[in-house]
Amino acid sequence: MAPALINANPIVHEKKKRTSKPQANYNDAIPDVIDELEIFDHVRDITDPEHPYSLEQLNVVTEDSIFVDDAKNYVKITFTPTVQHCSMATIIGLSLRLKLLRCLPPRFKVDIFLAPGSHSTEAAINKQLNDKERVAAAFENPNLVDLVEKCLVSTEE
Amino acid sequence: MDATAALPTSPSATKGVSLRLVQELEGHEDRVWGVAWRPCDGSSILASCSGDQTVRIWEHSSGSSPSSAAWVCKAVLDSSHNRTVRQISWSPNGNLLASASFDATIGMWEYVGNEFSFIASFEGHENEVKSVAWNSAGTLLATCSRDKSVWIWEVLPGHEFECVSVLNGHTQDVKMVLWHPSLDILVSTSYDNTIKIWTEEGDGDDWHCAQTLGPPGSGHTSTVWAASFNATGDCMVTCSDDLTLNIWDSSADLSSANDDDSAKWKHLATISGYHDRTIYSVNWSSLNDLIASGAGDDCIRIFSKSQDGDQEGSQSYELVQKHEKAHTADVNCVQWHPKNPRLLASAGDDGIVKIWEVVGDLPHV
Repeated sequence: MAPALINANPIVHEKKKRTSKPQANYNDAIPDVIDELEIFDHVRDITDPEHPYSLEQLNVVTEDSIFVDDAKNYVKITFTPTVQHCSMATIIGLSLRLKLLRCLPPRFKVDIFLAPGSHSTEAAINKQLNDKERVAAAFENPNLVDLVEKCLVSTEE
Repeated sequence: MDATAALPTSPSATKGVSLRLVQELEGHEDRVWGVAWRPCDGSSILASCSGDQTVRIWEHSSGSSPSSAAWVCKAVLDSSHNRTVRQISWSPNGNLLASASFDATIGMWEYVGNEFSFIASFEGHENEVKSVAWNSAGTLLATCSRDKSVWIWEVLPGHEFECVSVLNGHTQDVKMVLWHPSLDILVSTSYDNTIKIWTEEGDGDDWHCAQTLGPPGSGHTSTVWAASFNATGDCMVTCSDDLTLNIWDSSADLSSANDDDSAKWKHLATISGYHDRTIYSVNWSSLNDLIASGAGDDCIRIFSKSQDGDQEGSQSYELVQKHEKAHTADVNCVQWHPKNPRLLASAGDDGIVKIWEVVGDLPHV
């Protein structure tokens, strides 16, 4: 028997239209300034660990939940799990972290937080997701990496 | 009130020190978590450990000044761990090098005849070992883990290590263990925001928590990543994810077990407002009163006891150097050289080990 879903009936939202990025990426002379939309493009197609929908479709991340200060090399993502007791929140957070680790230049510092009030153990999960030693250890755990990689498959065209 | 009174009036002897990069040591293939100077023979050997699962040994070619760019990689120790090597520690005589790994084991290397040989691996912790430390006599080893426990191991003849005590008390991941520079007093720092002081009760192997430093009242409000003693061991500095350094003082006689054990360490000062991201490492020079910190904002900072401080028992510390972009990523570890007060080693998420020289006037010892 399949394990019971934590949120059996999530609300699925429409995907936003994609706007193609200008040529900046292909011209070394123009400094590649990273903005919220670019970060959103990296993470919007991550698959929810529990449903065949993307984080965008489930409103787990939105463009507005991303803050970027390119000059200060800083990115902050706030995400909202579909239910308050979502046991997959850590996996979602790790997926966001691994995706950005692979896509962003190493100059960036990334903070990942649950939206305030969105989770019953918000403080504990926030602390774990932003402790780089705990994150490094998690990424050496094959079972966890397996779960995270499954969420990221859909982001690799 | 005189408005100028708030300004630092007497210039510190250490104002204007700067850090000169001596050499970048490249070789690790992942972030470097820690560095450790070998404590003897002029300390011309440095070990580093990394997420690439190896320990690298760097040696300064003899004959020239240690602040010259003559460091070379002497050995890569890659057969002891199959996950991140988080921290390394030399025995006081420099003959043994212990390593703490995420693979839940502690590795032990012997350095004899200019060669390193792997002599032991010991297990016990349930998961990631975060830190390992020798006591000053080299007879005891302490380790700590995400499993919330601190273990004390006795060093027996024939490279045997026997666990003599498992200390439970922290409610979370223990980040670092550290021994007092001359006494068998153990300090542990944790993800539970506290620092614990462990001492031996009466005669032998009965270790207990003598004091917990942390909220409520004074202390850190987030993970305590590291601690370091000053040369005499009557002061200690701790660093945290709460972006502050705390200075703790013990004016009590630490060698006597009879005093009121529970209040020997007191909060002396908080150094706040300087760091922009998590402070991963702090190290108090054993040769003077300089404190170095390494943080997630890529900076190395140096603090000195303020010359005009010490009013009404409150001690103040001032920033004497902020070296920006010391690494191109988080600075995970800073360690002062044990013999040369001008040398500092650092390790970063950029996979690089760096040797620095302090330029300028050092404080009087």
